[in-house]
Amino acid sequence: MAPFPIEEIFSHAGANFIYLLIGIAFGAVLEIAGFGNSPKLAAQFYFKDQTVLKVMFTSILVAMTLIAWATGLGLLDIHRVWVNPTYLWPGIVGGLIMGFGFIIGGFCPGTSLVAVGTLKVDGILFSLGVLFGIFTFGETIDQFSEFWNSSYMGRFTVPEWLGLSTGATVLLIISVALFMFWGAEQLERIFGGKSSSQSPKIQMIGAATLVVAALGLVGLGQPTALDKWQQIAAAKEPLLTHREVQIHPGELLGLMNNDQINLVMFDVRNETDYNLFHIMDAQLQSVNQVEGLVNQVEGLVPTLLDEPANTIIVLMDNNESRSTEAWKILMANSVPNVYILEGGVNCWLDIFGHEKRQSCSTETASADGLRYTFKAALGSNQESAEPEKKVYEGLKYTPKVKLQEKKAAKGGGCG
Amino acid sequence: MTVSVSPNKVISNESKPYIDPYLAGGLLGVVLFLAFFITGNGLGASGGLNRIVVFFEDLIVPGHVDRVPYLLTMAGGDKNALDNWVVFMVMGTIMGGFVSGLINKRVYWSVGKGPQISVRTRLAMAFIGGTLMGYGARFARGCTSGQALSGGAVLSVGSWAFMFAVFGGGYALAYFVRKLWN
Repeated sequence: MAPFPIEEIFSHAGANFIYLLIGIAFGAVLEIAGFGNSPKLAAQFYFKDQTVLKVMFTSILVAMTLIAWATGLGLLDIHRVWVNPTYLWPGIVGGLIMGFGFIIGGFCPGTSLVAVGTLKVDGILFSLGVLFGIFTFGETIDQFSEFWNSSYMGRFTVPEWLGLSTGATVLLIISVALFMFWGAEQLERIFGGKSSSQSPKIQMIGAATLVVAALGLVGLGQPTALDKWQQIAAAKEPLLTHREVQIHPGELLGLMNNDQINLVMFDVRNETDYNLFHIMDAQLQSVNQVEGLVNQVEGLVPTLLDEPANTIIVLMDNNESRSTEAWKILMANSVPNVYILEGGVNCWLDIFGHEKRQSCSTETASADGLRYTFKAALGSNQESAEPEKKVYEGLKYTPKVKLQEKKAAKGGGCG
Repeated sequence: MTVSVSPNKVISNESKPYIDPYLAGGLLGVVLFLAFFITGNGLGASGGLNRIVVFFEDLIVPGHVDRVPYLLTMAGGDKNALDNWVVFMVMGTIMGGFVSGLINKRVYWSVGKGPQISVRTRLAMAFIGGTLMGYGARFARGCTSGQALSGGAVLSVGSWAFMFAVFGGGYALAYFVRKLWN
């Protein structure tokens, strides 16, 4: 499944060559659109020539529709595609500064590169200015890094914001943009003195194609977590059956004491059991039915993909049933480094809840409920929630955690 | 539209016209989609320029780069700031512009400017505008390519807000600098 791990397939140099080729295509298209020509770009802001608006929005519409179709058909894994994280206010302030720079200087950074390639002296000066501006930024960022890092919303998309499906969002954006194109044509006629476009018929066909493609997306929908799991089940199921991802409580305790690991623990039991006892720092992801679990766990995916590369996620149930379901959902969404607590909380208590440490047999752990009774709901406020470090040193287990960097995880099994 | 100050006026008159903007947009959309589909990354320009700046900073004052956290992530220690995909994309963009310009006979020394200003003013303004653009692009964590186009296509909320801010800033100031272009 795309995107492809090109670093692994073509080596580092080969991957760089691919980026070079993409850059060449990018530069060539900008050039034939007239984006190396500053008066043409600036005319956008005097309503005379709406080329900037038309090219930009058409390209976004086309790419957006193709991406949504590719993900809808299960060809592209959207979770491995880079989505610019939202820093709302720094983005808006930076955008305004760039708008000023655009109308004063006549280019944006990408188009000025094309102007350099076609020997436009103003483009060369502009590019030098960009380099100087970047240099200035690097030297002054420390003065206002608080604002620069503010209003962070992570990986936040328009469908999530509007509460619409991807298909409906694409249809909405296409409709608004087509209306905008119509307005742009009117402006060019009034301010630019242009006669109406030479090929309105082709434009109509193009517009109709986009609308039909968007309607198709609404009908197609996007794959659910379970659909995605079905796609990868053949490759990932052996990890479960060979018990390669179920980690021993001793290994989890080791991770809890490892400063180099960003450990994230999710407790997927019900709230009552969680209140009675949970492992220190485990976060409750409580649901009443397993169906609810899918939505709950999928909601975690954007945050988890945003975690640093040294993140390890451990899921726990009373036994292993819900945690295994949750594991499948995270796998289906390409979250790397996800493990299941072997035998669940019951097994943890077998080992750490007694003076005399017991081994834990996962065979007996099949019962759904919490096997231990507590006199009060102490949560993690008890010794066995965070056993001392020395307790696990004597334990024997097979370590299973292998920290994969996100890049390596890209190549893992999905292709 | 281009007011050419090139001595090679004859050549400039042979330049082929630009293609239809909607067609260009469609082609750009396909390139953008392929970039995402093949690599998982979109398009970018200012990120690459950033790394070029940091590369030279690292050559001249390596100790300084190692002390500033923002620079450190790109060129700290023995890291080479240029060893990054977006740098190759930037080189490709210049090459692509050159090749296309060559085919369409648009590669010649010239200055694009409005009719009422001198070449010197235009070049000064280009530098000032570029400086603002570079500063703003790093402030917004991406330029028109990396934020507006790429982020817009994958429906990032921040990228859409950014895009409207760029157009808003341009329109807000356009009236006051109309002499530059009209």
